Amino acid sequence: MDLSNQPLAGVRVLDLTRHVAGPMCTKLLADYGADVIKIEQPGRGDPARWIGPFAGDIPHPERSGLFLHLNTNKRGLTLDLKSGTGREIFLKLASRVDILVESFRAGMMTSLGLDYATLRQLNPRLVMTSISNFGQSGPYRDWSASELVLYAMGHEMWGTGSPDAEPAGVANKLNLHLAGQAACLATLSVYFGAQLSGRGQHIDLSIMEVLAAAPDRRGVALVAYQYCGDRLRRQPAARVLDPPPFMNQCADGLFEILVGIDRWDAFVRAVGEDWIKDPSFKPPVRDPMITERFNRHWRPWVITRTKRELTQRFQEGGVPCAPLNTVADLAGDEQLMQRDFFVGIDHPLAGRLIYPGAPFKMNQTAYVIRRPAPMLGQHNAEIFGGLGYTAADLAALSANAVI
Amino acid sequence: MKRLPLQGIRILDLGVVAAIPYSTMVLGDMGAEVIRVETTQVFPHLTRGVLARPTRELAKQWITTSGGYPNDRDPGERPWNRYPFFNYMARNKLGMTVDLRKPSGREVFARLVRISDAIIENNTPSSLERMGITYEWLCGIRPDIIFVRLSSFGQTGPYRDYRAFGLQTESFCGHDLLGRYRDRDPSHNSWAVPSDHAGGMNAAIGCLMALIRRRRTGRGELVDVSMVESFLNDIGHIVMDYTMNGRVQESLGNRDRDAVQGVYRCKGDDRWVAITIATDEHWRGFIQAAGNPLWCNDRRFGTVCDRIRNQDELDPLIERWTLQYEHRAAAAILQHHGVPAGPVMDDADAYEDPHLKARGFFVPIEQADCGEHLYPGPAWKLSETPIQMRHPPVRLGEHNEYIYKQLLGYSDQEYEELEREGHIGTDYAAHIP
Repeated sequence: MDLSNQPLAGVRVLDLTRHVAGPMCTKLLADYGADVIKIEQPGRGDPARWIGPFAGDIPHPERSGLFLHLNTNKRGLTLDLKSGTGREIFLKLASRVDILVESFRAGMMTSLGLDYATLRQLNPRLVMTSISNFGQSGPYRDWSASELVLYAMGHEMWGTGSPDAEPAGVANKLNLHLAGQAACLATLSVYFGAQLSGRGQHIDLSIMEVLAAAPDRRGVALVAYQYCGDRLRRQPAARVLDPPPFMNQCADGLFEILVGIDRWDAFVRAVGEDWIKDPSFKPPVRDPMITERFNRHWRPWVITRTKRELTQRFQEGGVPCAPLNTVADLAGDEQLMQRDFFVGIDHPLAGRLIYPGAPFKMNQTAYVIRRPAPMLGQHNAEIFGGLGYTAADLAALSANAVI
Repeated sequence: MKRLPLQGIRILDLGVVAAIPYSTMVLGDMGAEVIRVETTQVFPHLTRGVLARPTRELAKQWITTSGGYPNDRDPGERPWNRYPFFNYMARNKLGMTVDLRKPSGREVFARLVRISDAIIENNTPSSLERMGITYEWLCGIRPDIIFVRLSSFGQTGPYRDYRAFGLQTESFCGHDLLGRYRDRDPSHNSWAVPSDHAGGMNAAIGCLMALIRRRRTGRGELVDVSMVESFLNDIGHIVMDYTMNGRVQESLGNRDRDAVQGVYRCKGDDRWVAITIATDEHWRGFIQAAGNPLWCNDRRFGTVCDRIRNQDELDPLIERWTLQYEHRAAAAILQHHGVPAGPVMDDADAYEDPHLKARGFFVPIEQADCGEHLYPGPAWKLSETPIQMRHPPVRLGEHNEYIYKQLLGYSDQEYEELEREGHIGTDYAAHIP
């Protein structure tokens, strides 16, 4: 396969990131063709290696699904940046790459003597992206955080959920993945400019600010608050008298449908039963008795049908609706199958596993998994060899715990 | 002034609702010339409002993001230029109007395509095609064009033309069953559209990748972004728990498998603090912060595993402490002792937050139909070319003169003709409610 045609072929990236956000950023670069060298701490490596789920539920640093997914197509190197030799090797690598992404706690690169001012002297074209919880400045710079804490502080958590319960969350680790995408977007834009100007920039990305600027309600709610003085409050998605109910129990789970006045006739046609032709059901409905009468017909009708069957019926009739899927539904889903979304990847230790594949497709260039996530230090010999180190040098570095 | 990273790149924005308008805002922030191509003849429901001309009474019934017009929910003379949802994502763009349903409109559009680098859209796939706007048609006008198309399910496959907003996409891709309360059914969820965020960013990323490749190869590209497939990459570990182990993960609520975690009530009305106690160090920090209460020595809370196993018993004890403090104070005390904690900030708190203030996150923007307000700014800072607010939230047809006459070279007479045909304007057609 011709890999030189990939969008980021020839782009060299040094990856000092760990856990979720940073690796998500460099995964996107690697999966679309960049040569990403992931640098891990000798011994334990990326902490994500120790976070489940693990393949076969066997906890092992080469079997973490989180790590395996976020590090496809990268080459792996171990290096102790605190040692003199480690630093020297890092500077050699940094002088020959286009992009450096790091996600240490704010200020760490400076204390390692690897701040942007130092690195750009070696490599003026270098684009450096720093991903941190709260950014490289400000009163919370050194605060500790978890995904939940960042979500609570940055995002629309206060307005999420039910008014009679605590503020609610989103899927586990989702926000950190979003921050990684944002970092990739910022990095590529700056890289595009640096290619032309010959001069890189430093990007200071705060996960809290990615969430505060989210188009998923927060950014919008902040503007609305400025405009009208009201806060977005916790409120379930749809609780109206208009039939049909937004969420419905069907034969094999839950099914959502949104009809309204505009699509009422299409809805009636799609149901195709006599009882639904009762004109009093047509929105807007102001009388709860009518809603109840509708539901007496509707519930037994909907409960005998599967979410897939219902979705197909109403979508083909032009009514927006969707099944509430689980990952099991998605793994067998016709749409995802026809688009070859899932990919099988072989890994020397974890074996062949099924991964989520391309987040987007490009018609001229294939999405290619060239290699699985690296095992800890897997490419040490190859990469150090390229820098001119001999096998004897490597043995010495390893003995001194530099790699 | 230094050259902005994407300066010199022209992008046509045919985006609706959230995902693509957000995507092109970011590209505009980074220096691209983004032109919103809109029409005065059809109202884009949920893009420039729920209705073009709602009454103030209606606006008052709607949630803030739909009805929160400036000046106590006054829709004003041109509500479409005052709609908070749209205006958040409308900065750093130019705006023009043209009716693409008419052949004369497509001619205008073709002239625009000739001088543009990329076109980005997120309509139901067949809707542009019905007007003859396809990748092949665009390539005929400009062979190296980049066409970025985002939709819920992608441009191929049996569900290609299914109608879905963010809400439907969320339920389809499993989010409704993952992001919710542990002990309540998903009808207690409120609307949330992280798949718009995920998909919108991937559309911009795909556009940049295509631009980078075009610079190297001289060739354009069609980018097909599926919101579902974008989202599934953002929960890869949950997907892989199923593909590896056959496990269908259920919602954890605000908890975590590897830590004691939750939101706890604080002093005041509907005030909460988020706390994560993952390690023994965090636990010791919490004990110190709470002033060494006796219950901390309970055997049920001895180790990390004990605490996670017995969180149901631990939670009310933690909350007994948090209830004594205002949410910001509780977080500050815990942080002082090294415990990850933060106030759950409502929209008002965010504007008062000392950190966001110190970082200059909010930026003042003056727009003719809204006056001056603070807006959430960019999510990152650049060392050499700080992101500027070059254009306030774009008003319908605001740059028609510049785009038709300067960019496309139409004469005054042709301009008037196009105006008469209904292409050019700053108000939605009178028949639109």
